[in-house]
Amino acid sequence: MTNALSRLLETRDWLLADGATGTNLFNMGLTSGDAPELWNEEHPDRIKKLYKFAVDSGSDLFLTNSFGGNASRLKLHNAGHRARELSRISAEIGREVADAAGRTVIVAGSVGPTGDIMEPVGTLSHADAVEMFHEQAEGLKEGGADVLWLETISAPEEFRAAAEGFALAGMDWCGTMSFDTAGRTMMGVTSADMVKLVEELPNPPIGFGANCGTGASDLLRTVLGFSAQGTERPVISKGNAGIPKYVDGHIHYDGTPELMADYAVLARDAGATIIGGCCGTMPEHLVAMREALETRPRQERPSLETIAAALGAFSSSKDGTEASDDGAAPRRNRRRRRG
Amino acid sequence: MSDEEDLILSELNDEELVEQMYDDLYDGLKDELEEGVQILLDRGWAPYKVLTEALVGGMTIVGNDFRDGILFVPEVLMAAGAMKGGMAILKPLLVETGAPRAGRMVIGTVKGDIHDIGQNLVTMMMEGAGFEVKNIGINNPVESYLDAAKEFEADIIGMSALLTTTMPYMKIVIDTMKEQGLRDDYIVLVGGAPLNEEFGKAIGADAYCRDAAVAVETAKSLMARKHNQLTA
Repeated sequence: MTNALSRLLETRDWLLADGATGTNLFNMGLTSGDAPELWNEEHPDRIKKLYKFAVDSGSDLFLTNSFGGNASRLKLHNAGHRARELSRISAEIGREVADAAGRTVIVAGSVGPTGDIMEPVGTLSHADAVEMFHEQAEGLKEGGADVLWLETISAPEEFRAAAEGFALAGMDWCGTMSFDTAGRTMMGVTSADMVKLVEELPNPPIGFGANCGTGASDLLRTVLGFSAQGTERPVISKGNAGIPKYVDGHIHYDGTPELMADYAVLARDAGATIIGGCCGTMPEHLVAMREALETRPRQERPSLETIAAALGAFSSSKDGTEASDDGAAPRRNRRRRRG
Repeated sequence: MSDEEDLILSELNDEELVEQMYDDLYDGLKDELEEGVQILLDRGWAPYKVLTEALVGGMTIVGNDFRDGILFVPEVLMAAGAMKGGMAILKPLLVETGAPRAGRMVIGTVKGDIHDIGQNLVTMMMEGAGFEVKNIGINNPVESYLDAAKEFEADIIGMSALLTTTMPYMKIVIDTMKEQGLRDDYIVLVGGAPLNEEFGKAIGADAYCRDAAVAVETAKSLMARKHNQLTA
């Protein structure tokens, strides 16, 4: 492996990733409904500030402002043709900030979902999806991203299409899915399913894991689900700082820096190597997480009870990986099959 | 399951056929469901009875299993496809026969958000429950909601957002309704993965709906309350 992330992983047993992009940009004046990616060009100073938040708070890795930077998403803002360019600029600004950090900081080129549903259930073909991901990957590569970072994916088909697009650009990558529906992704993927999905890819990611979803507790249950499969691949944990609330005209997440510090060490103990936040995770959260990871000793693998006691209850009683679910799923059985 | 006999739908009695249609809907078998609808109509069932007893009954099972984490989006979308097929046959007949109306809803995803999975599920479940729904698609600025609601004579405005960066836009829509004195003309329902009940309350919506099945139940009870107020 020649990428900077793999080299860094050889020297460290945990890395701190970054926090929220959207939540931080709102605080800088982004209006709801506008495309954050347009700011790469219109307000590069603010994007630089966003990246510096992470670097100055101790992050070893940050994601570029290109989450919605694919043709399908940018089309809403009449910028579908600018996917490659806007992605490139997001990485260029990131490169500049990382190179000035005075230590190794990884620029991870963020790639979010297309927002479309893939065939056969939806309308997006595999070939079109691959092309969209490829286009964005080329832009992030040109801008100097160290690796690509697929996130918030719910459909296995889309995960595979992105991997294929990244291979065409010759880029190493990481990938996370969002487990927000009773411990599964919206499309029904469990933590165990994802381990299998990742290992079956011709170009598997450097690291894989979970981001966003419903809260810190649920996310750690998913991390336990990954490590229970005995995966050798670094696991990524990027949970939200609590639950979103509407306070004084903006979205506020109720997770405190102390809670996120507990979350970070529990994530490490549960088997995660790359640990960060997602929505609502601000610089003060990252500082607390870094400090906790540096000062608190490793503990044994936490139980679900330990996690719930520290971070709050789970959103569902099960997450789809229970042994009793195998074969005995309470699905209705068809009584009939037509020729 | 090759040892199973191939069923001939038209040979089933009404009760068996309706049961079978529940299964076909659950499995997303569009052709079979359409055939079932046609057979019931041919047997003299009123279109409204086909809707409420065969389709709504079937969709309730799908909705419950979706709510309980037994079915997931891909299966529900397949069921939605089958439902749509059945509804296409029934819709013109329902209008012709002046069947009772549960209510009218305009639904769309807010500005900046491309995700329409949630609202498509809600549309389907609401139609399955007898509501008339105008789905205005993705990326809707406030004017689109208000124009559509006026033109469609809606009782309910539904807003969906799948992103934390777009969910605050719901508040803009509700605030605009207040400014224009329209807020009390409509029931406002909100939904989407990053939302929660507290958020719905904070922005001034009538209700947050966790999923499509909850949306139907909420719409029904709020419509009943609205009717009670009107007659009181």
